[in-house]
Amino acid sequence: MSDAAVQVDGLVKRYGAVTAVDGLTLDVKANQVTAILGPNGAGKTTTIECCEGFRRPDAGTVTVLGLDPTRSAAALYPRIGVMLQAGGIYPSVRAEDILRHTARLYLNPLDPAMLIERLGLEGARRTTYRRLSGGQQQRLSLAMAVVGRPELVFLDEPTSGLDPQARRATWELVRELRTDGVTVVLTTHLMDEAEELADEVAIIDHGRVVAAGSPRELTRAGEEGSVRFDGPPGLDLESMRRALPAGSEADEAGAGSYVVRGHAGPRLLASVTSWCADHDVMPRALRAGGRSLEDVFLELTGHQMRQ
Amino acid sequence: MSEGAFSPRPGAAPLPRMFTAQLLMETRLLLLNGEQLLLTIVIPTLVLVLFSTVNVVDLGAGRRVNSVLPGVLAIAVMSTAFTGQAIATGFERRYGVLKRVALSPLPRWGFIAAKSGSVVLVELVQVALLVVVGLVLGWTPRGSVLEVAMLLVLGTAAFSGLGLLMAGTLRAEATLAGANLVFLLLLVGGGVVVPLDKFPAAASAVLRQLPAGALASGLRDVIQRGGPMPAHDALVLLAWALVSIAAAGAWFRWE
Repeated sequence: MSDAAVQVDGLVKRYGAVTAVDGLTLDVKANQVTAILGPNGAGKTTTIECCEGFRRPDAGTVTVLGLDPTRSAAALYPRIGVMLQAGGIYPSVRAEDILRHTARLYLNPLDPAMLIERLGLEGARRTTYRRLSGGQQQRLSLAMAVVGRPELVFLDEPTSGLDPQARRATWELVRELRTDGVTVVLTTHLMDEAEELADEVAIIDHGRVVAAGSPRELTRAGEEGSVRFDGPPGLDLESMRRALPAGSEADEAGAGSYVVRGHAGPRLLASVTSWCADHDVMPRALRAGGRSLEDVFLELTGHQMRQ
Repeated sequence: MSEGAFSPRPGAAPLPRMFTAQLLMETRLLLLNGEQLLLTIVIPTLVLVLFSTVNVVDLGAGRRVNSVLPGVLAIAVMSTAFTGQAIATGFERRYGVLKRVALSPLPRWGFIAAKSGSVVLVELVQVALLVVVGLVLGWTPRGSVLEVAMLLVLGTAAFSGLGLLMAGTLRAEATLAGANLVFLLLLVGGGVVVPLDKFPAAASAVLRQLPAGALASGLRDVIQRGGPMPAHDALVLLAWALVSIAAAGAWFRWE
């Protein structure tokens, strides 16, 4: 038995003529937080739904906790927790009653009152789901995913629509789940969320994994670094390249948005700013550093994460 | 791994506990919903009182309530098993509740069983209320309770199957409109309030093959005339139940 909690191999899922997932392969290690990162429409939710056994793959195999999720649903569902991207809850029932009801479906549930307090929902206990704020609805849904003390949770965009404070509270809970030995699979289109939370990140685009590894591995491939700045569009890139240290590359990623990549260090930054001074260009929003997941995504796919 | 607040201790609750929890939730959803109560309690009671006391339509010889009560019991079954259940389930599907249920430890069949159980509980309340109101209006009970119960169960199965089929295949708005429309049409023209023998023979023969006509006629035969179990009506209901439940089983979508 490997230590993989989820193994996805060559998964294909089509909806009519649209191929949502196109040969996706992914291993999720037990007791870790794995983030599936990708733009909207990349196939994140469909992948999760195949892992949950809610959708039957058109090709490929999915194994979750050693089980085939479509065939062994009865054995699997008591062991996993699921947070849907939206909804899934009776609109006319009060928050606390919904959570207590969900708890009754499990053998050793957590105390609903504890979860309500932990997630800052005390003030909303007697509020019906439809009258909760978007952030409160998200947190209630998260509480329902973990109340059964699962081994593995699937969280589909757990922080979408949350304000920064609520997002922090959710991140804290995810970290605590991991510390306590729960395997977490979450989807997100937020780079910082993946970098902040995940042990492993799978970047997906057009239904395929384009890169996978820890955030460190992904962002520190080689000694690559970058300098980015905004300026007037259409600067002379040829001239800029000649001024840079050998092995560096300069690109205009979007109109007026420049990326210079090369061996990370002060010389790279100095050569960029001195070229700017020679050409009377004021570099605005200048930042230098290692690669971000955004850079990785851009390099691998040729387009921005967020259009 | 140290023991923490969230350390995994997975497991489904015993089936009876899950079923009871879902049964209570479903019943509560039905009883706490204003529109549902209008449909399941107010309308059947109003129809019973109105048609028993006011000479709106010719109901034949004998006390009016004796003819109206069996039809109103059929209305009660239709309102809860068909219209109410279809609308509630249709919107649960729209809101993603069914998807979440499908991913919970409660088996799908257990969920449907809990829904059916709550339908039966509400029907018991309806029948008790209608019988009391009927007695106040001077109804003379006749016929076998067992046969009445059998017809009610068959009717509930047939209408539940149709309601779930609608809820699981159509959009929620279409289910809302359709379930109300069908309810109204069957109420007025399905042989429920006005007995089928008041209809032209050809129409009556057709309507008696529909679940509303079969249920109301069967109940009328037993309760009003004290007659033997109407085998034809029971078979019609059984056939509708088998076909609609099989169709719902095949085509019901959980999202």
